[in-house]
Amino acid sequence: MSRFRIDKAVEFVLGLLAIISGGLVLLVVWFLFQGAKPALDSGILLRLFTDEFWQPGSARDPQFALVPMLVASFLVTILATALAVPVGIAGAVFHRFYAPGWIAKWNYRLMELLAGIPSVVLGFWGLMVIVPIVNRFQPPGQSLLAAGLVLALMLLPIVALTSQAALQSVPGEQLQAAAGLGIGRARTVWCIAIPAARGGIGSGILLALARAIGETLVVVMVCGNIAQIPDSIFDPVRPITSTIALEMGYATASHKALLYAAGLVLVILIGLLVGWLSFRRSGDHVAVN
Amino acid sequence: MMRYLPILLACVSLVALSGCGRESEDGQTVVLTGSSTVAPVATDAAKRYEESHPGVRIDVQSGGSSRGIADAMSGLADLGMISRALKPEESELRSHRIAMDGVCVIVNSGNPVSDLTKEQLVDIYTGKVEIWSDLGGGDGEIVVASKAEGRATLEVFLGYTGLDSADIAADVIVGENQHAIKTVAGNVNSIAYVSIGAAASEAAAGTPIKLIACDGVAATTEAVAKGTFPITRPLQVVSHGELKPEAKEFLDFLQSREIDDIIEGHLYVPVPDR
Amino acid sequence: MPGETTFPKSTVQSRIADWGVGLVGAGAAAVTVGVLGWIVWDLMAMGLPNLSWEFITGDVEQSGRAGGVGPVILSTVLILLCFLASAVPLGVGCALWLSEFVRRGSGLARAVTGGVDLLASVPSIVFGLFGMAFFCQVLGLGFSILSGGLTLACMVLPILVRTTLSAMNSLPVDLRPAAGALGLTRTTTLRQVLLPAALPGIMIGVTLGVGRALAETAALLFTSGYSTRWPDSIDNSGRALSVHIYDLAMNIPNGNANASASALVLLVLILAINLAATALADRWIKFRIS
Repeated sequence: MSRFRIDKAVEFVLGLLAIISGGLVLLVVWFLFQGAKPALDSGILLRLFTDEFWQPGSARDPQFALVPMLVASFLVTILATALAVPVGIAGAVFHRFYAPGWIAKWNYRLMELLAGIPSVVLGFWGLMVIVPIVNRFQPPGQSLLAAGLVLALMLLPIVALTSQAALQSVPGEQLQAAAGLGIGRARTVWCIAIPAARGGIGSGILLALARAIGETLVVVMVCGNIAQIPDSIFDPVRPITSTIALEMGYATASHKALLYAAGLVLVILIGLLVGWLSFRRSGDHVAVN
Repeated sequence: MMRYLPILLACVSLVALSGCGRESEDGQTVVLTGSSTVAPVATDAAKRYEESHPGVRIDVQSGGSSRGIADAMSGLADLGMISRALKPEESELRSHRIAMDGVCVIVNSGNPVSDLTKEQLVDIYTGKVEIWSDLGGGDGEIVVASKAEGRATLEVFLGYTGLDSADIAADVIVGENQHAIKTVAGNVNSIAYVSIGAAASEAAAGTPIKLIACDGVAATTEAVAKGTFPITRPLQVVSHGELKPEAKEFLDFLQSREIDDIIEGHLYVPVPDR
Repeated sequence: MPGETTFPKSTVQSRIADWGVGLVGAGAAAVTVGVLGWIVWDLMAMGLPNLSWEFITGDVEQSGRAGGVGPVILSTVLILLCFLASAVPLGVGCALWLSEFVRRGSGLARAVTGGVDLLASVPSIVFGLFGMAFFCQVLGLGFSILSGGLTLACMVLPILVRTTLSAMNSLPVDLRPAAGALGLTRTTTLRQVLLPAALPGIMIGVTLGVGRALAETAALLFTSGYSTRWPDSIDNSGRALSVHIYDLAMNIPNGNANASASALVLLVLILAINLAATALADRWIKFRIS
C-alpha cells in the first residue's frame, strides 16, 4: 500500500470504476429476470427443457422447447470460433514475423476495417453470396455452416488484432536469444513466440467466443431459423439470439416474457461456463491473463 | 498542441450538451412507435407535416407492432403504429386505418409456376407436396420459407389458409420482408409470402422474383385497392383515450388525402374514401 | 517490427519449416484480405453510383431512398463521442485497477473479471432492450444519442478491459519497481511511465471498440432510435449509420443501392477515425518522451 494520499485517491476512483464495470452485468441479469418473471411465475420453466418444438404462438399446440436453440447457440459459436481462431493467429504470425513492412501496415488497416463492418452488411452479404454457394452443395443454403462461416468473418479481426498485439509484445530479448542459439524462424514462432503470447491470444479467443455467442443480426439472416437440433452442418438452426431478434418486436406480453426467460437461461448458462473455466484455471493468474 | 487537448475536449462537450434540457420550441412533440412497416410512411409524413407546422416535432421510432400497442397503452407514445387489425384483448385502444397492404406469394422468376390455388398452397406449406414437378414446375425440392411467430404477415397467411402455426413445415424461417425476398431471389426453388408493396417494388426494380396469382387473382396493388385480392391487412395507427391536440391534428393528417402519394410511393394502397 | 531479429536459416529442415509456416500465414492473411476485398467490391458495385457529396451531406428523403445521410453521419459521430467518453474511462480504469492496485487471484479481482467477461457474452439485442429500459426509461434519457452511447459503452466495455489488461501485463516487469526505487508515486508511475508504454496496446482495444460500436445495430435501434432529423444535441433521437443501413437493406424496398452507399460511407468513417486515433496516440507518445 502506497503511503501517498494521491495514490489512495486514485486507487479509490479506479476501484469505483472497476466495481461499476463488474457490476453492470448484474444489472443486466436483474433486468432480464424482471422481464422473465411473468413466464417463470406461470411455471413454464420445466417445459422449456422438456418440450419438443418452439411454437409459442400456436393456438392448437403451443410448445416452448428451448433446448434445440441452446444447442444451436453453442454449435454456431464453436464452429465460428474454430474457423476464425486458426486463420486469425496464422495471419497475425504472418504480420509479425514474415510480412515486409508495407504489407504489414496495410494488413493492419484492413483488419481495422473488417472490425467495423456493420453486422447487417455482413449478414446481408452472407445471404446474397455465401448462402447460394452453400445451397449448391445442399439446399436450403441457410444453415449452420453458413452461419458459422459468416460469423467467423466477424470474429477474425478480434482474434487477429489481439494476437498481433500479443505477438508484438513478446520481449525482443527472447527472440534474439533464440536466434543466438541458432533456432530457425518457424521454430521460434511455434515454440517461443506463441507460448509467450498465449495470454494475449487467449484473451482474444475469449473475446471472440463471447462475441460469437451474443451476435444477433449476422446469424439471423443466414442460419435458417428452424428450431431443431441439426443432423448435419447443412441443416438450418436457430440460436436463442435469433429467436429474440425475430420475435421480440411482435410478441404479446406473455410471449415477450418467454423470450426474456430464454435470454436469461442463455446468460446464466454462459455464466456457469465462465465460472467453471475460471475456477479450473485458478492455479494460473486467473484475474489477469 | 497536446496541452490544449483537454480544452478542446471541453469545448466539444459543451457544444454537444448545449441542446440538452431545452424543450422543442413550444414543447410540442408527438411520439409514434411501432411497426417497422408503417414507420417509413410515418417518417415521410412527419417530415412533410413538420414543414407546414413549424414548432411541432414528430418523433417516429420503430420496434414492432406489439411495441406500438404497449407504448400506446402505457402512454410512452402518443400514437402506436401497427400492421394488423387489433386483437380482442386490445379493445381499450382505438384503431385508425391509414393504408391497406396485401400479402402475396412469391417464387423465383426462374420458376415456371405462376399461379397456385389455396389447396396447393396448403399442401406446400404443410409439407405434403415437396417437389415442384408435382405442381407443373421443374425438378427440385421446394424450399419453403415462412415468417417468424407473431408477424402480421404470418397471421394473415394463416387466416387465409386456415392453418395453425404448428402445421407449417418450413425449411427456412425469415423475419423482415426483405429477408424473404432475398431468400427467394437467391434460390430458384424457394417460395415465400410477403407484403405486395415490397414484392412489387422489388420485382419492378429487377430482383429475380415473381408474384404469384392466388386462386386466379393476380397479385397487384390495384387488386388490393379494388378489394378483389383475397389476402389483405390494414396498416393502422392506434390511440388510447384522449389525444393531445397536436397528436390529434397529426392523426387527421395521416388519414387525409394529403399523404396518398407517400403511401403509394411505398406501394401500399390508400384507404378509399369513407 | 519484422526484420529487427535476424533469424538464422541454416538447416534444410528449418528452411522447409520456415516456408511452411510462412505460406500458411500468408494464406491466412490472403484469405482475410480476399474476403474483405470481395465484400467491399460488392458494396462498391451496388453503392458507388449513389455516392456523392450531396449524398454525404444531404438530408434524408423518402425514408432514405433518396437524399443523403448527412444527419445520420452527425448522429453517428455524436453517439461515438458519448460512447468514448463513457467507455474509455470505465474500461481503462477498471483494467488499471485490476493490474496495478489489486492482488491477482484475489476474490474481488476475480469477481470483477468474471463480471466483465460475462458482460461480453450478453447478446446485443438484450443490450438494446436493457438500454431502452434502463437508460431511456429508468434514467429518463428517452430515445437519445446519449442513451445509445451509454448502451454501446456497456457492450464494448469487456473489449476495452481485456485489451488494456493485456497491454499492462506485457510491460516489462522491472518498470514498476524501478519507478518505486526512484521515489515516484504510483500515480505518477502510471501517468508518466506505464500508460504511455502501454498505449499502443490500449489503442488496439479502442480501435476494436470503435469498430464494434459502429457495427452495432440492434442495440442502437432501441436506444438512439429511428429519427432522421439533424440532431440539435445529444438529447435528441438520431439514427446511427448502422441503423440506417439496416432499415434500407431489410425494411425499405429498393433500398439496396443507398444501403451499400451508406455502408461505404461507414467504412470511410472507420478508416478516418482509426487514422486519427493512431496519429493522436503517436503524438502523445512523442510528447511524453520529449
